[in-house]
Amino acid sequence: MIELRDVSKVYQIGDERVRALDHANLHIYPKEFVSIIGPSGSGKSTLMNIVGCLDVADAGIYLLDGMPIEAYSEKELARIRNHKIGFVFQNFNLIAKLSAWENVELPLIYQKVPRAERVRRVNEALERVGLSKRAQHLPTELSGGQQQRVAIARALVTRPSLILADEPTGNLDSKTSAEIMAMFRELHAQGNTIVLITHDNDVAKQAPRSIRIRDGQLTEVNP
Amino acid sequence: MIRAFRMALRSISSNKMRATLTMLGIIIGVMALVVLVSLVNGATNSVTSAVSGLGNSQITVSIRDDKGSPLTLGELENWLEESPLLGAMAPYKSESVVAKRGGENSTVTVYGTTPAYYEIQGLQLAMGRFLKRADVENSSYVCVLNEDAAEDLVGYIDCVGQSICLNGVEYTIVGVLATNDDNLTSALTSGMQVAYIPLTSLVKLTDTVSREITTFYAAPGANVDIQLAADSLEKLLLDRFQQDEDAYRLSSQSVVENVMSQITSMLTILLGGIAAISLIVGGIGIMNIMLVTVTERTREIGIRKAIGASRGTILSQFLMEAVVLCMLGCGLGIFLSWAVLQLISTVVASMDIQFTLNMGVVLLSVVFCFLIGVIFGLYPANKAAKMKPIDALHYGG
Repeated sequence: MIELRDVSKVYQIGDERVRALDHANLHIYPKEFVSIIGPSGSGKSTLMNIVGCLDVADAGIYLLDGMPIEAYSEKELARIRNHKIGFVFQNFNLIAKLSAWENVELPLIYQKVPRAERVRRVNEALERVGLSKRAQHLPTELSGGQQQRVAIARALVTRPSLILADEPTGNLDSKTSAEIMAMFRELHAQGNTIVLITHDNDVAKQAPRSIRIRDGQLTEVNP
Repeated sequence: MIRAFRMALRSISSNKMRATLTMLGIIIGVMALVVLVSLVNGATNSVTSAVSGLGNSQITVSIRDDKGSPLTLGELENWLEESPLLGAMAPYKSESVVAKRGGENSTVTVYGTTPAYYEIQGLQLAMGRFLKRADVENSSYVCVLNEDAAEDLVGYIDCVGQSICLNGVEYTIVGVLATNDDNLTSALTSGMQVAYIPLTSLVKLTDTVSREITTFYAAPGANVDIQLAADSLEKLLLDRFQQDEDAYRLSSQSVVENVMSQITSMLTILLGGIAAISLIVGGIGIMNIMLVTVTERTREIGIRKAIGASRGTILSQFLMEAVVLCMLGCGLGIFLSWAVLQLISTVVASMDIQFTLNMGVVLLSVVFCFLIGVIFGLYPANKAAKMKPIDALHYGG
């Protein structure tokens, strides 16, 4: 499903060369729910960007569904993000002037899905996150938890191979966080592959498998 | 495509004040272009129709150098027979002479000419007759007065059969011309006292007027284009005056019309050019605001890219926005131009000038605005499209 082999990424900050990822290896199987835990500056974001095809590695091989990623053009990467990956961000990243419904619809428009099917799938996704009633609201009219649920619906609607969540509970209070985490577990139970990136041990523990990232290297955490 | 259009409209309407100010440049540019060109066109049309309404399509020739052999009446008659394109020719000379009736003296402009003058100049008689061929051949003492001369000299218009003295010679009045403001000659001589006598009589009457013909009018034959007639006359004149173009001067009304249309097309290009510059300035305004918009929406661009928008999608989104902004400005500008032209037409209604929207320039401004939208929208849109999703996502928190 996801395979990283000796992946490295180096940033040049001033005179210093920072190794954000240093020969990292990772293997994630289909329908797994994996959390990646690490403090800030550990290379978490870099890993997320590379796994999410937002950036490409300097060295090593990244296989997504068996396909090596670095060979792709920017246009093809956009296509892969569109079809295979559903993002859930810490700060929700909804488009402010579009309603919840339209935000969820957007990736399907980029996929050029016909209108009738779009309507069906958007309604279905919103129902799954329990927000059918608030579909026509703008993001600013929704609470943080509701906004994050819209973001989850947007990630789900394309039926991606992988849901990639970056600190999805980072901006939420503990009660709402618990709701969101319950939703991720439910999605996992329904057969979705989920990679959850966090610095919070309590959040990480809720995933069946945890991987620790430190100084650009990945190690398995044994429960 | 329709979706992209709707999205663009929505994004524009989300900041109406800014959009309006941005469009102002385009609106003013379009208005300048459409209104100015339409005004020039309207004015030209009305002047042209006024000039050709003065009718009498005539050619005026004046001889400057007769090469030692003066032009004679007989030669003019030969030319008329030679060229079927010419309808009539009338030589004329004028002189101021003292006219006397009863005890009063006054100065009258006397034209010595031939019967064809009447037809070429499109004159109209109030009563009596104009000069006849026999009058010219016999150097008869007959004259035709205009209304002003009849009123001032005789005292009343119905004076056919009366006589007046010109330079002491008695002339019988055989006709009086009607005043007609639509006729160029009549309009030009109104208020003046004018008498027409046979050319031959004028030569005898004064010492200063010589026999030779130095100026004459010519008219094209029936249904002949004035330009063709002028060309054929020009050829005859060249033959007569040893191919010397400077020996004579020929001017026809179509020459006047040509000059006018040249002036107006120059004017149109000049004004159009100035307006086009203001449109380009408007375009720069659009580009400026689009760059601001792209920066403001960096985060949105990042989100869109993360969930799968390709470069092309982002490019077309922002390009569409710039073009829609331009076209909205263009539409508003055209509408306001129409309103302004209606207003001007109402104000100057008494002058009988119609200012209508010139469809050619409307079309031109639509195409021009579209191009400006594309050209000035391309750079900001490309800037948006080139953004890297990770940089854009982390922009400004």
